[in-house]
Amino acid sequence: MLEIKNLHVKLEEEEKQILKGVDLTVEAGKVHAIMGPNGSGKSTLSYVLSGRDGYEVTEGSATLEGADLLEMEPEERAAAGIFLAFQYPVEIPGVGNMTFLRTAVNAQRKARGEEELSAADFLKEVRAKAKSLKIDADMLKRPVNVGFSGGEKKRNEILQMAMLEPKMCILDETDSGLDVDAMKLVAEGVNALRDEGRGFLVITHYQRLLDHIKPDVVHIMADGRIVKTGGPELALEVENNGYADILAEVN
Amino acid sequence: MAALDQTQVKEGVDQETVDAVREVSTYKYGWDTDIEMEYAPKGVNPDIVRLISDKNEEPEWMTEWRLAAFERWTKMDEPNWAMVHYPKIDFQDQYYYARPKSMEEKPKSLDEVDPKLLATYEKLGIPLKEQMILAGVEGAEDMPAEGRKVAVDAVFDSVSVGTTFQDELAKHGVIFCSISEAIREHPELVKKYLGTVVPVSDNFYATLNSAVFSDGSFVYIPPGVRCPMELSTYFRINAENTGQFERTLIIADKGSYVSYLEGCTAPQRDTAQLHAAVVEIIIEEDAEVKYSTVQNWFPGDENGKGGIYNFVTKRADCRGDRSKVMWTQVETGSAVTWKYPSCILRGDESQGEFYSIAITNNMQQADTGTKMVHLGKNTKSRIVSKGISAGKAQNTYRGLVSMHPKAKDSRNYTQCDSLLIGDKCGAHTVPYIEVRNNSSRVEHEATTSKVDDDQLFYCRQRGMDEEEAVALVVNGFCKDVLQALPMEFAMEAQQLVAISLEGSVG
Ligand SMILES: Nc1ncnc2c1ncn2[C@@H]1O[C@H](COP(=O)(O)OP(=O)(O)OP(=O)(O)O)[C@@H](O)[C@H]1O
Ligand SMILES: [Mg+2]
Repeated sequence: MLEIKNLHVKLEEEEKQILKGVDLTVEAGKVHAIMGPNGSGKSTLSYVLSGRDGYEVTEGSATLEGADLLEMEPEERAAAGIFLAFQYPVEIPGVGNMTFLRTAVNAQRKARGEEELSAADFLKEVRAKAKSLKIDADMLKRPVNVGFSGGEKKRNEILQMAMLEPKMCILDETDSGLDVDAMKLVAEGVNALRDEGRGFLVITHYQRLLDHIKPDVVHIMADGRIVKTGGPELALEVENNGYADILAEVN
Repeated sequence: MAALDQTQVKEGVDQETVDAVREVSTYKYGWDTDIEMEYAPKGVNPDIVRLISDKNEEPEWMTEWRLAAFERWTKMDEPNWAMVHYPKIDFQDQYYYARPKSMEEKPKSLDEVDPKLLATYEKLGIPLKEQMILAGVEGAEDMPAEGRKVAVDAVFDSVSVGTTFQDELAKHGVIFCSISEAIREHPELVKKYLGTVVPVSDNFYATLNSAVFSDGSFVYIPPGVRCPMELSTYFRINAENTGQFERTLIIADKGSYVSYLEGCTAPQRDTAQLHAAVVEIIIEEDAEVKYSTVQNWFPGDENGKGGIYNFVTKRADCRGDRSKVMWTQVETGSAVTWKYPSCILRGDESQGEFYSIAITNNMQQADTGTKMVHLGKNTKSRIVSKGISAGKAQNTYRGLVSMHPKAKDSRNYTQCDSLLIGDKCGAHTVPYIEVRNNSSRVEHEATTSKVDDDQLFYCRQRGMDEEEAVALVVNGFCKDVLQALPMEFAMEAQQLVAISLEGSVG
């Protein structure tokens, strides 16, 4: 589904290489986790895949179902099925959460040549999905992420993901800032979306989340590269011993 | 604020409007209606003034009033203090009077109205029922209105071409007609109030307007009456090289209430056109007026060619105790805007509110704001201004808050936010504050920000294209003001925000 080959990325404004040859393939139906020390380039990878400005790809490729992502505008990537749950969700004052969601859902449908969702169908769907994430009606009306607690913001990201039904979900530290119960809700939200046709790339620092969302594959990223790949046991190893051993091993 | 709570922008409205907008690529109202026009000769002089007065079949006192204004105007200089720049206007190279030929003989009934005029209403978005009434369709007045009723007065170039729902309004004692009709039919009211809020000598453009105004709307709400529907006037400049000088007079008698909407459009032309309107509002004891404007005159092209020069004097006089006025404006059009809807808070405990969105794109210039003049005790005013600049546009907020010695215990709150899109545009805030007693309080907050790249990326990651994302973020920025508009206008305004910012990014 998602195929990243030898991806090299530097900052546009300065001569700073951040990704130094990332190779990663996520198959449909699979959950891949990425762990790695702070500053190793995990968020950068998620931004480059979703098309944020400020980065320059100097080498390599990234495709979604064979289509070249790097050639597309961010909204085209979104319509093609890329979704990023942001590490730091953005506040948009004055824009109701519901309005935002509906605009997004319909923009994607339109881009794919599908019918827009009627107001009634949309409302029904949002309410049901919000309920399962314990997002109340008030939060749906409030401006996007404004005054939301850290945990509320993350749940809101998952709500958006559930509404947009993307093919490739990238979650950047969606677990950070969540209390134990919220973590479960989020994991349930993700698990509910797991299916044959959908891939996940879950960036996290903690095994906790992976207790709930069982990954098929775990990658360790360090200094702009995937340095080790393994099964769920790799996450446990990190949890117990930190990165020192793994890094020593690859160097 | 109670006034604010009554109106609500419908949740989910944005999507429809944004879509409607996508279908329109440039200035939506830029068509031109091919109607035979009758013009007065170019230029302005006492003969032209007399001719306008004569065409409107005015009484002698009105003609004299105009001539006195003209006399004054010839001795006045054009003001140059505003932060706007434009080529010198040759006031003798304009037509001061134009009207559709089909109106030459005043239609006995509305079905004599030129069908092309009716097509114009349709494009202006005037609701179907009102179109039918304007067209004089038999029985249209008695048809059940779909949704809310809005009485419409349409002013086409220089003349009012028809007012709807007059009969129903009359049942409540409300007078809503063109000002020329009011001068003929209700001279006692016009004489009593005309020029009492904006004196003939007020300023260069107001004085010119007093001499040559051709038509406009007149509203009188009798004591204790809550006007049963929204009143609205659509102004349209169609004829080329024609100035539009409309005059609006609104009187809310004791304890009455009215909400009035004004919409403006003009076709796309590459020569600039002049618009100098005067609006006077008189609010007596315990009465309340809401005046909302969506101004969408042609802004000129990307290079600043053409467009409307909009020099407008609007003022409300809160004469009675506890009277209230609320100005809400959405200014998206015009090449040059010079406009300061003001409130004279004369009655004790009177209140003035001013909510404004001014959007400038490309080469547009806007110098707009308000004056809150506190004369009575315990008076309150509130100003919320949202200025948005894109392209190479310049946007200035100019506001005066004045607390007179007798205006004890009065309050003003001003919030003035500017949003910049791109780095070639400018936003300026020029507040003047005078406090001449020691029990009053004035608060002023101002912010300037840029459209945030992170916000845009967030929207685009969710599937919106760049223009849609900008429109959404800007509509959010304007929310406080959009909420103050009646619902129909709020939707139109959201669309306009999107249309007027097209091409401002990327
Ligand atoms: N716009 C930028 N300007 C300067 N440095 C940047 C920029 N974007 C990323 N970097 C740098 O690139 C490196 C990778 O950052 P990134 O955010 O991808 O790390 P991360 O693996 O997500 O870290 P964390 O676990 O702390 O979230 C860091 O050293 C960061 O400082
Ligand atoms: Mg990160």
